[in-house]
Amino acid sequence: MSIQEKQQDIIDEFAIYDDWMDKYEYIIELGKSVPTLAPELKTKDRLIEGCQSNVWLATELKDGKMQFSADSDAIITKGIIGLLIQVYNNESPAEILQSELFFINQIGLAEHLSPTRANGLLSMVKRMKTEALQCLTQ
Amino acid sequence: MASVPFSVSAIRELFPALRQKVYGKQLIYFDNGATSQKPQVVLDTLQQYYALENANIHRGVHYLSQQATSAYEAARRTIQQYIGAKAPEEIIFTKGTTDGINLVAYSFGERLKPGDEILISAMEHHSNIVPWQLLCERKGCTLRVIPISKKGELDLQAFEELLSERTKLLAITHISNTLGTINPVKELIEKAHKVGAKVLLDGAQSIQHLQIDVKDLNCDFYTFSGHKVFGPTGIGILYGKEELLDSMPPYQGGGDMIAKVTFERTTYNTLPLKFEAGTPHIAGAIGLGSAISFLQSIDMQAAAAHELELTKYAQGILDTFEGLHIIGEAKNKTSVVSFTVDHMHPFDIGTLLDKQGIAVRTGHHCTQPLMDFYQIPGTVRASFAFYNTKEEIDIFVAALERSMQILGA
Repeated sequence: MSIQEKQQDIIDEFAIYDDWMDKYEYIIELGKSVPTLAPELKTKDRLIEGCQSNVWLATELKDGKMQFSADSDAIITKGIIGLLIQVYNNESPAEILQSELFFINQIGLAEHLSPTRANGLLSMVKRMKTEALQCLTQ
Repeated sequence: MASVPFSVSAIRELFPALRQKVYGKQLIYFDNGATSQKPQVVLDTLQQYYALENANIHRGVHYLSQQATSAYEAARRTIQQYIGAKAPEEIIFTKGTTDGINLVAYSFGERLKPGDEILISAMEHHSNIVPWQLLCERKGCTLRVIPISKKGELDLQAFEELLSERTKLLAITHISNTLGTINPVKELIEKAHKVGAKVLLDGAQSIQHLQIDVKDLNCDFYTFSGHKVFGPTGIGILYGKEELLDSMPPYQGGGDMIAKVTFERTTYNTLPLKFEAGTPHIAGAIGLGSAISFLQSIDMQAAAAHELELTKYAQGILDTFEGLHIIGEAKNKTSVVSFTVDHMHPFDIGTLLDKQGIAVRTGHHCTQPLMDFYQIPGTVRASFAFYNTKEEIDIFVAALERSMQILGA
C-alpha cells in the first residue's frame, strides 16, 4: 500500500466517528497499543522535547525501508504517533520525502501538528523526514 | 463604590465570550489564570476609541489628540485611585506584568552591586525569575529563593533567615498562578523593609481577585497585566512609590520620555512619562481604564467570596477522586485548583476536557522550578473568575470523570 493509500485508509476509518470523544477514544486505544520504546532507546538524542509532552523517535533502515518506532509520555500524542508510524513505516526514504502528509488535517487533528501546540509532534514529523533524507544520502 | 448587589447571572450577561459554544458544547472557561474574558463595556471602549478618538497623545495641538490624551490620562487616574496610589505619577503604563518586572530589573537594578542579594520564592512564574537572573549576571548579585512546603506555603522561618542587609529587593508573587496560594505579603513587606530591602509584588494573579491598596500594603512596586483583569492584552501597570521611581534611571529611550534632546546631552521627562518611551498602547490603556471602572461597579468583596466558594467547592469534590492529587493546598488560597492524576498526562486530560467544551490549562504554567519541586511534569489547572458558577464546576467534574474513564480503561 502506498503512503497515499495508507492515509486514505485512516481517513475512511475516522469517517465513522462524528463525535469528538469517540474519535479521541479511538486515538487513545491506538496509543495504548503502540509498543513502548525500550528504556535504553529513550536517549537524549532521540528525545523531542515539547512544552506539553515529550516524544522519543528511534529510526532504522532495513532493506531500504524506514522503520520508525516512537513513544510519548502523553497517550493522545502516542496515538497520533501510531498513525504516523502506520503511514511511514516500511516505506523507502525517497517515498517518505516525496509524500505529502494530508490525513492529519482531514481527520480534524491539525491542531496537534500546529506549531503552537508544542507537543513535539510537528518536530517529530520534521525529524522523520530529516532522518529519511539522511538515509537517502548515506 | 459598588452600586449593585453581586449577581453572577447578571455579570455573565456582560461577557459575550461566555455565551458561545465550542465543539457544539456550551463553553466553560476555567483558564482565567491565563487570561480573563472581556466585558462588553471594554469592547465598546476599544471600538469607540479606534472609531472616533484615535490620535497620538501628548503632542498634538488638535482636537482629537487632546481627546485621546485626556482619555489616556483619565485611565491612569482611574487605575491610580483603584489601587490606592498616592498620585498618577506612580502609575506607569507597561506592556504587562513581565514588562513591569523587567523595567524594575533594568532601572532599579542599576543601583545593585556585586554581593547584593535579590530574594524571590520557589513558587514564582518564570517572569519573576529570569529578569532577576539576568540582573544577577549583569551586576554580580546573588539570587536567593525562599523555599515552600508541600502544601504550597512559604517557609516563613527560612524567609527570615534569608533576609539580611545584603537583601536589596524582595520580588514575590502575591498569588501563585499554579497553586493559588495567597502569600502573607503585608508581613513579608514589613520584614523586608526592616533590613532596608525594597519589595516588588507580582500582582498578575491578585488584581482580579483582591481589592488592592498599595498604600496599605506598603509595597514599593506592584505590577499587573491588563488582560488578566478583564482589560485588553498588551497593556499593564507598574506602580512604584514616587520618590523611588523618581530616583531610578529611564528604562528605554525614545519619544515621550524626554524633556530636551541634543547630541551632547538629553534631559528626561518627569514621571510617569520618563518610563513610557515611544507611542504607548493608547487604546489598551483606555481599555484597561474601562475594565477597572467596570470592577469599581462590582462588589469585589462579594466577588472574592464567590471565587473562594468556587475554589473550595471544586477542591472538595476533586479531593474525593481516587488517584487525583491537588497540587497546592495552602490554607489561604483562591481561584486556582491545580491537580495531577496518577498514570495520566495533564496534556491528555486537558485535550479531552477541551473536546467537552471546557477550557483549562495544562503543563508547567511557566513555573518549571515549582514542577521540579513537586517532581511532576505539569498539572491540570482550573482557574476561576467571578463569572464562573458551581453548575459549571459540576459539568467540569462530570467531564473529568469521563476523561479519566477513557484514559484509564
